[in-house]
Amino acid sequence: MNPVRQDATRIQATGENLMSGLSIQNLSMRFDLPNGGHVQALQDVSLDLKAGELMSVLGPSGCGKTTLLNIVAGFLAPTSGVLELNGHRVEGPDAERGMVFQQGALFEWMSVRENVGFGPSMKGMPKKEKDEIVNHLLDVVGLQDFKEKAVYELSGGMQQRVALARCLANDPDVILMDEPLGALDALTREKMQSLVLKLWKETGKTIILITHSVEEALLLGERLLVMAPRPGRIHTEYRLPFAELGVGQDLREVKKHPEFAVKREEILGMIWDMEEEIMGRTEESA
Amino acid sequence: MIPFLIYVAIFVIAFFVVKAIAQRTAIADYGSLKTVTFGDESAVTPNRAASVISILTIFLLWGMFTGSALLPKFLHAPGPFMGTGTFEYTASNGDQTDTATVTVVVHPIDEETDAPEVAPGDGFAKDDSIAIGVWRSGLLRVDRNDELGRDEGVAVTEINGTPVEPGGSVDVGFGTVTISDKGTPNIIPAKGWQMEPIWLPAPEAVVQRIGEIASAGFRGSTLWEHLGYSLFRVVVGFFFGALVGIPLGYAMGLSNWFRGWFDPIVEFMRPVPPLALIPLVIIWAGIGETGKIILLFLAALWIMAIAARSGVSGVKISKVHAAYSLGASKAQIMRHVIVPNSLPEIFTGARVAMGVCWGTVVAAELVAAEQGAGMMIMVASKFQNTDIVIMGIILIGVIGFGIDMLMRWAERLLVPWKGKG
Repeated sequence: MNPVRQDATRIQATGENLMSGLSIQNLSMRFDLPNGGHVQALQDVSLDLKAGELMSVLGPSGCGKTTLLNIVAGFLAPTSGVLELNGHRVEGPDAERGMVFQQGALFEWMSVRENVGFGPSMKGMPKKEKDEIVNHLLDVVGLQDFKEKAVYELSGGMQQRVALARCLANDPDVILMDEPLGALDALTREKMQSLVLKLWKETGKTIILITHSVEEALLLGERLLVMAPRPGRIHTEYRLPFAELGVGQDLREVKKHPEFAVKREEILGMIWDMEEEIMGRTEESA
Repeated sequence: MIPFLIYVAIFVIAFFVVKAIAQRTAIADYGSLKTVTFGDESAVTPNRAASVISILTIFLLWGMFTGSALLPKFLHAPGPFMGTGTFEYTASNGDQTDTATVTVVVHPIDEETDAPEVAPGDGFAKDDSIAIGVWRSGLLRVDRNDELGRDEGVAVTEINGTPVEPGGSVDVGFGTVTISDKGTPNIIPAKGWQMEPIWLPAPEAVVQRIGEIASAGFRGSTLWEHLGYSLFRVVVGFFFGALVGIPLGYAMGLSNWFRGWFDPIVEFMRPVPPLALIPLVIIWAGIGETGKIILLFLAALWIMAIAARSGVSGVKISKVHAAYSLGASKAQIMRHVIVPNSLPEIFTGARVAMGVCWGTVVAAELVAAEQGAGMMIMVASKFQNTDIVIMGIILIGVIGFGIDMLMRWAERLLVPWKGKG
């Protein structure tokens, strides 16, 4: 029924494959500064992500979460460590790893339809097949009526729907989201969070989502990674039930869950401590 | 000074009149409900009435001070004296005194008029006559025909009964009579406040001249040929400038080596005004078409290269990353991301380049050319054909404005996403 699903032979094949999923081993990233110093952006980061898992990443600024995402996307090469997707090493960007950015990454010279169909067009997919995928995805994100509009005519929330649809049209194995909802207002953000959960459940994609919002990380993360700065490293990892709960019910109900408040306070405290530590260190060095 | 005062007066009066009318017919739109407008940039929009009155005022003043036939007579500034005037002079050598009449005929410059015949009258001083072109003055040796003249020690002592010394002057109603140091009356008919056509012709004279030159041509080429030559040079020079400049800018935006290699050249050549290159280009390529096209090519080249370079540099890295992770190849990213993303900048550069080229071509034609708008006004100015000069300036302005409008229109049509990224 779902063309994307049917098309997703790769996912079905890898579902039975033991090598499936994303594997990160001892990843380090260190670069020199012009003034002779250096930055340890990531140190010894290891994690495994099974196909279909949704992981949110949280941490104070400077903890290397965006660096991690850029390495997974293939935009940066790590100084050491191994990164494998479905058993092959990741070297450079590829359509198997789709990316959703905060904002402004849509092509404003293309209509909504052309933006969504960008990936298939680049692959040289026949028009009929491409139109089918685009139409289906526009239905999924609720933008069928806007398909001939220019993207700059849409609201911020609608633009992020286009970005999600554009990423899904390519049927990637992994979707990397770099604060995709960061610039949206609270109400739109909540709607989009539901949409992300719905898409995750329907497509079964592996998703890594970076966010600044503890609530969003709790709501959307089946797994939640808290990272610490200087050097960037994994601090704590959680497995959470809220994403599964959120698929079936209103997110506001999920937030009322007693465990939700406990976890939120715990993580907030954790990040707060890290920030305090950074401030203290800056004062010392000053 | 007087035109300026009239201009300021119209400015102030029109302001209050328009304001009064606008208050009576006020529409309560959003803008009119703003209480803070001073300092609110969005509240400042050009007042259309002011624009219309401004243009009309220029033509009004132009017409007023050139005695334009398009304006009713009562609006004209006082014109120069024309027609016939008389004054009397008294000549004396101490013993004998006599009075004679001088008849002055002031005629239009383009009508040859002879001094009228006058009867000599009584006494030793005989009546005289003189014909003077309008806006001119005339020296009249009144004693030439007198029985007793300068050589007999007779001098002009009074004009219209007013005593006068050499160097002094007397108002005679239609003008002024000045006595030169040697005692010769210099007759200066009143010039009025209007401009002489050789300084500023009336608007209708300029329009008429456009018609004449459009049909009869100027210096062997029709008006359209002159303008066409200028436009052709601009278009060809700009075309080659863009043809080389845009790829160069892309290369500089995409490769360290190209950026390093061409940066010093581009950054050095960019601030050199194209006009400064005219002498060198004339030395190298002569005054023909080649030289002009090379000049315009150089004028457009750096602007287009810099526009293309900043267009490429301005692409958001997230768009490029997005395209890569959607499976685009380098060529596809170039074609589908970098080029469309840089088009708005390139259009802005093209508008600037066209403006500079148009200015440069006129200047180059002023220096040396067989045809062209600049050559037309240059040659006309040498013959004091001020109407052609003004006509040329107006046409050059209209064409320059037209080019800019055309570019803006093309920009709206071709890059509607400008500034929306």
